[in-house]
Amino acid sequence: MLERAIEGIRGTGHRVVNGVWRLGFASRFFLATLLHSGMSFRRFQLTIKEIYFSGVLSLIIILVSGLFVGMVLGLQGYETLQKYGSESALGTLVALSLVRELGPVLAALLFASRAGSAITAEIGLMKATEQISAMEMMAVDPIARVVAPRFWAGVISMPLLAAMFSATGVFGGYLIGVVLIGVDEGQFWSQMQAAVDFRQDVMNGVIKSCVFGVAITAIALFEGYDAPPTAEGVSHATTRTVVTSALAVLALDFILTAFMFRGL
Amino acid sequence: MERKTLDLWVGLFVVAGLAAVLVLAMKVGNLSTFNMSESYALQADFDNIGGLKARAPVKSAGVVVGRVTGITFDNASYRARVSMVVDKRYQFPKDTFAKILTAGLLGEQYIGLDPGGDEVNLKSGDKIAKTQPAVVLESLISSFMFDKAADGEAKK
Repeated sequence: MLERAIEGIRGTGHRVVNGVWRLGFASRFFLATLLHSGMSFRRFQLTIKEIYFSGVLSLIIILVSGLFVGMVLGLQGYETLQKYGSESALGTLVALSLVRELGPVLAALLFASRAGSAITAEIGLMKATEQISAMEMMAVDPIARVVAPRFWAGVISMPLLAAMFSATGVFGGYLIGVVLIGVDEGQFWSQMQAAVDFRQDVMNGVIKSCVFGVAITAIALFEGYDAPPTAEGVSHATTRTVVTSALAVLALDFILTAFMFRGL
Repeated sequence: MERKTLDLWVGLFVVAGLAAVLVLAMKVGNLSTFNMSESYALQADFDNIGGLKARAPVKSAGVVVGRVTGITFDNASYRARVSMVVDKRYQFPKDTFAKILTAGLLGEQYIGLDPGGDEVNLKSGDKIAKTQPAVVLESLISSFMFDKAADGEAKK
């Protein structure tokens, strides 16, 4: 009985120490990525290739999801607003919810599952097949050559993807609200423009998506780099990337929203 | 280093992303309709601001000329002090009248400026002397009811 209890305490302690250890390693890894970023800008071709893989190839899913989310917002918003006879506020509802919240957050979640998981799997496999060690052997810094370009590619792609998500979403809301249901077009746009502020709403959305981009790519890169070099290890790391970055995005979103819109 | 097709796609991606931000700014947001490049600050004390909020528009003759930047409570006079910025292009005389108005029946509240006839214009940091507080529905109804009751008393 006593031995069981001691075993339990020991296990908990081990997990806590391990967690803190990993956190420390993650911070050092993140710092090293920032410090070794020079090459990703001097040889921008490396970063461009990664933007293609994580940004351009994510376009389809981002655009299609944005369109559908906007259309659903148009339908649902209309259902509720028409009860109060204020269908003309549909544009405001669609645009504000997309620009402030849904655009950055949903684009980030899609990005985490589409590009973040790919980054983790790629780096994990590079490590498993000893390509990373081979680079170190050839005196090529793997952080500067492999990690940093992927990091900056993610940070550059994320706000662009989120902006495109919001823009197609607004278009989807327009399709449903104005074209299909028949809300007055002039009111739809003018009420939207009166309510959406460039600095307060649009720019805050862009800042949010930049932060999400940093968080997702940093988590994905670290999980890949830290993965045990086995098939199982890489698969676990990929799962952890998606789960951790989704949680990180949602938690960060809450914190950022509290700062931006409540002025805490 | 030579150009590749990949660069074209990445270039298109970046252009599309920036275009999306531009669309959000111009078509969705109000950057195109109201852009204050240079502005000056004004202040006004109100007995009651009702539901006025920071960033509410300041309008004159229905045209947006500025924005409310902050609302504080002045503990010396027990009134609400509203600070606002007004576009430099629009100048108002010193005896301008500031009112808190409501857009529509249930709409947002904004500050309406009625220009007076003074020769001297308001400068940055000036305080608008003449103000009219927001209409509070409860006090409106209660004054109406007391009036009615007083009428009834008089008739007896």
